[in-house]
Amino acid sequence: MKNIRDDFPIFNQEINGHKLVYLDSAATSQRPNQVLDAVANYIRKDNGNPHRGSHILSIRATEAFEGVREKVRKFIGARSVKEIIFTKNTTESINLVGYSYGMNTLKTGDKIVISIAEHHSNLVIWQQVAKKTGAQLVFMYVDEEGRLPLSELEKIDKLTKIVAVTHMSNVLGTIFPVEEIVKKAHSVGAKVLIDGAQAVPHMKVNVTDLDVDFYAFSGHKMLSFMGVGVLYGKEEILKNMEPFLFGGDMIEYVYEEETTFNELPFKFEAGTQGIEGVVSLGAAIDYLEDLTFDFIHQKEMELTEYALSRLKELPYVKIIGPTDLLNRGAVISFTVDGVHPHDVSTILDSYGVGVRAGHHCAQPLMRFLKINSSTRASFYFYNTKADVDALIENLEEVRRWMGYGAK
Amino acid sequence: MELSSLYTQVILEHNRNLKNKREIEGYTHKERGHNPSCGDDISVEAKIENGVIVDLAYTGSGCSISQASADMMIDLLKGKTVQEAMDTIEIFLGMIKREISDIDYLEEVLDEAAILQGISNLPVRVKCAVLAWHTLKEAMKEDPIVQDK
Repeated sequence: MKNIRDDFPIFNQEINGHKLVYLDSAATSQRPNQVLDAVANYIRKDNGNPHRGSHILSIRATEAFEGVREKVRKFIGARSVKEIIFTKNTTESINLVGYSYGMNTLKTGDKIVISIAEHHSNLVIWQQVAKKTGAQLVFMYVDEEGRLPLSELEKIDKLTKIVAVTHMSNVLGTIFPVEEIVKKAHSVGAKVLIDGAQAVPHMKVNVTDLDVDFYAFSGHKMLSFMGVGVLYGKEEILKNMEPFLFGGDMIEYVYEEETTFNELPFKFEAGTQGIEGVVSLGAAIDYLEDLTFDFIHQKEMELTEYALSRLKELPYVKIIGPTDLLNRGAVISFTVDGVHPHDVSTILDSYGVGVRAGHHCAQPLMRFLKINSSTRASFYFYNTKADVDALIENLEEVRRWMGYGAK
Repeated sequence: MELSSLYTQVILEHNRNLKNKREIEGYTHKERGHNPSCGDDISVEAKIENGVIVDLAYTGSGCSISQASADMMIDLLKGKTVQEAMDTIEIFLGMIKREISDIDYLEEVLDEAAILQGISNLPVRVKCAVLAWHTLKEAMKEDPIVQDK
């Protein structure tokens, strides 16, 4: 079998004489040669502005762009390409729904229900919608392991119009009960948006089976370039929503005073899009499907199990979030006794080990967990047990540097 | 940057020193400073009488650099006049911004705090080093706080 790591040229380097160990894929994944080559080939041979010209390059660019839209539709199980809108990233996808649906639909007395574990991208916009419309923002809280108890779903009541929840926590790795959330929300007539930024790269997601109303994710956490994201929305909802951004390509007829808007999905894609990013997303989907999510999941769980067992050997490490493999992703947050997470990450970095330190764009969750910040190691299918070993060995170096005995 | 020039013995000792980490009864100036991105969050309290900093301390939490820097600042500035302290803070900030690099001069004015000169090579940690200094500067710009007796 081929070595997956050979597909990722970035791993062929040393940092301060140490092999590069990348444990920050929850922030952004690395890109394989197949993705790089797909974009280079597109730029070398096919670059034009889609939907605009009748010449061959514009036609090829349109085919490339719309070809990826169909690929994304199939990848997440949407019914129609009209339901696939390209954006910059997850944040923009959620903002599109917040501005276009939330701001125009909600009113005083309505409720928006989110969870305490939301990334700022699925939180700040809802605060703004609540402020502008007079709606109330309601939080569902997680338990000490970071899991959402089903009893919290009782907060989704008849006044609730939008439920916006993460599919998988970027801090704790816990997977949220999306099916139950959707069922509950729909029983009271609320719409559901799922932030799938941490889920889509790691598991098979089918938006039709989940019956979600909106689903948002980014390309760059799943092997493609930065600057491309996706918003899935049910056609019957998107159809009645007002455009988010205005300008070229999203229009039908433009007069001096009035404009009629293009049909779905183009109504929501104003201006020239990041075609290179979209092309990279298509190649990334091919790569992941070729690898299969069964393989990805198995590899990630092996690494997570190994990392958890090794971290548990260190008496000065406290794992934040679940310590078992039940319903979780390959993200582990932890603290090191007596050492601030930023010192942990600086020292690990000097040994070539890249981890994330801080609040992980989830300040309310950190406050709820009563920690200022944590260190986070996140894995993808290209990581190895040797990467975990490097983390563990160098955590002992962290303690030593900060003046504690090794164990 | 070499780890050994960042995590020096001096830094580690100041990080662990708790004598300046306390509240001041009857403080006249207080300011909270924080780096939201990394979670450093401190409060600096000062008691200023007749233009002289007679007591100075901090509370809160943060990384070793932010804590050591606060501790060194307090050792250095306690007992100075407000004007002297302001001038010294500017020299410290000038060192971090690489505007002042004469190490002999820096060591003379900043004493042990001159060891933080190396931080200027590590952009992501600069804000840790300057946190307490900025916070005290802001505190001293304010009018004295009158506390209920």
